[in-house]
Amino acid sequence: MTEVTELMKPEGEALNTKEVLLNLGPQHPSTHGVLRLVLELDGEYVERVDPHVGYLHRGTEKLAESFTYTQIFPLTDRLDYLCPPSNNLAFALAVEKLLGIEAPIRAQYIRVLMAELARISGHLLITGALPMDLGAMTALLYVMREREMIMDLLEMITGARMHTSFCRVGGVREDLPDGFLPKIREFCDIFPSRIRDYERLLENNRVFLNRTEGIGVISAEDAIDLGLSGPNLRASGVDWDIRRDEPYEIYDRLDFNVITRDEGDCYARWRCRVDEMRESIRIIEQCIAQMPEGPFQIDMPTIAFPVDKERVHCSMEALIQHFDLSAYGFNVPPGEVYSAIEAPKGELGFYIISDGSPKPFRMKVRAPSFVNLQALFGVTNARYLADMIAVLGSLDPVMAEVDK
Amino acid sequence: MSVEPSLNRAPIMERFGEAIEDLGTAHGIEVFAVPPEKIVEFCRFLKEDPALKFNFLSDICGVDHYPETPRYEAVYHLYSLPNKWRIRIKCRLGDPPEVPSVTGVWRTANWHEREAWDMYGIRFTGHPDLRRIYMWEGFEGFPQRKDFPLRGYKDKLNPFGAEGPPPTQPDLATREIP
Repeated sequence: MTEVTELMKPEGEALNTKEVLLNLGPQHPSTHGVLRLVLELDGEYVERVDPHVGYLHRGTEKLAESFTYTQIFPLTDRLDYLCPPSNNLAFALAVEKLLGIEAPIRAQYIRVLMAELARISGHLLITGALPMDLGAMTALLYVMREREMIMDLLEMITGARMHTSFCRVGGVREDLPDGFLPKIREFCDIFPSRIRDYERLLENNRVFLNRTEGIGVISAEDAIDLGLSGPNLRASGVDWDIRRDEPYEIYDRLDFNVITRDEGDCYARWRCRVDEMRESIRIIEQCIAQMPEGPFQIDMPTIAFPVDKERVHCSMEALIQHFDLSAYGFNVPPGEVYSAIEAPKGELGFYIISDGSPKPFRMKVRAPSFVNLQALFGVTNARYLADMIAVLGSLDPVMAEVDK
Repeated sequence: MSVEPSLNRAPIMERFGEAIEDLGTAHGIEVFAVPPEKIVEFCRFLKEDPALKFNFLSDICGVDHYPETPRYEAVYHLYSLPNKWRIRIKCRLGDPPEVPSVTGVWRTANWHEREAWDMYGIRFTGHPDLRRIYMWEGFEGFPQRKDFPLRGYKDKLNPFGAEGPPPTQPDLATREIP
């Protein structure tokens, strides 16, 4: 790459050249949201990149300190808005660890099923959006068709298309609706052939391959040093998946492969996600097959609303507990917890310090996109401006999560 | 699921002895308290020791324990990819909070430290580029400190903010709302 660039630079001092400072964004279609990049350009050649983030900063962590634990769920939805069920799950797990409780098995299956649906939904977008950044519009239109199916499924469960807020501490909000299982089986039957369609559209596409293969290579050591996680790390050959290595919920009962690639380039990062969608379909199929009957919420009236509302109408204690829970939330024992899950973008961790009150003393979100985006200036061999767009697209940051 | 061998604390305590404090295990994570002057040495040891290999820095965050003293804290979460262990390092800081930067150990620390500086005003000495990351240049105060009001301070652009010290920035106090 370097030699080519040297050749393309004008010879001698005859031409009057100077560096150009280019402002890319914050409103630009290929920055995936409100990301502003200040680029020092030497012709088409990027000398230095300085990402400016924070245009979407809503102060989630500060807000959380004034909310009860149940009220924080809608805030977590708005981190990575492509896959809210994963964010809900990560937060619920952290609080449950502090309380020392576990959700009933059926609830765990429902959560995992929804998290995997969310993973497909998030990965689908980059499957189409990376080619779109590089000029191939078609794939994006196809992936939107399949995302719509997932939206319909999520709407069927939760009533909401995007901000689901479906997890609760100690379970989920409701049981799966009637008629859901046939619908999701239908989706699982159709979807693998659709993945094949995207592959046929792109994996032999010369332009797409030339723009992604060998571009933005990140070595395994660099990837670890830069704190990459999730598919971005696995595309550099590091075999780490929290679902397998620190299993949470019922992931240890499921059989799935961890997809890794050795190349570490943009194509590998794209490819990893396409293959992960297949594994997610397998996980969903196993969830449907294994899901037991049973309660969807823990039976602790001080923490979760009673499933049987009749109790509230007949018993004074139940009424008081119900009122307390609605008005004040529940106390969480003092302590500190860090709980991480494998979100679609990587390691999503919640660090919560509780002082014993119904509101967290401190909540820190370890947002994977925030860390992944930082790798942009660690990538040394993507030097053309156009290549940088490919690298940015393949790192797949969601600005809402970067800015928190 | 195989049971992973747990972290052996003996070599860590032997190497650092009195300087650090072992705070036990909290929800599956080993916790150590380290004074700020030892933090870089401690992190480098954890990363490079062949038996430990804490090569992945998950997170750095600031905490404000107002009104306790020492008031601030920098919390580091490390992960060992080969051993699948997690560790938490807590580093209490006085006022004004200052701690050496670990960007020399992990490059990923760069933005985490900028965030902690932006939100809590923790100064990471030796950081190559310690600028605000979320708030704009020229913003005053550190918004996640406990004594910073949730809705900010009242000025022309923020009529719902708390009454408080008027902003010292001249243009913010006098700027007309368009």
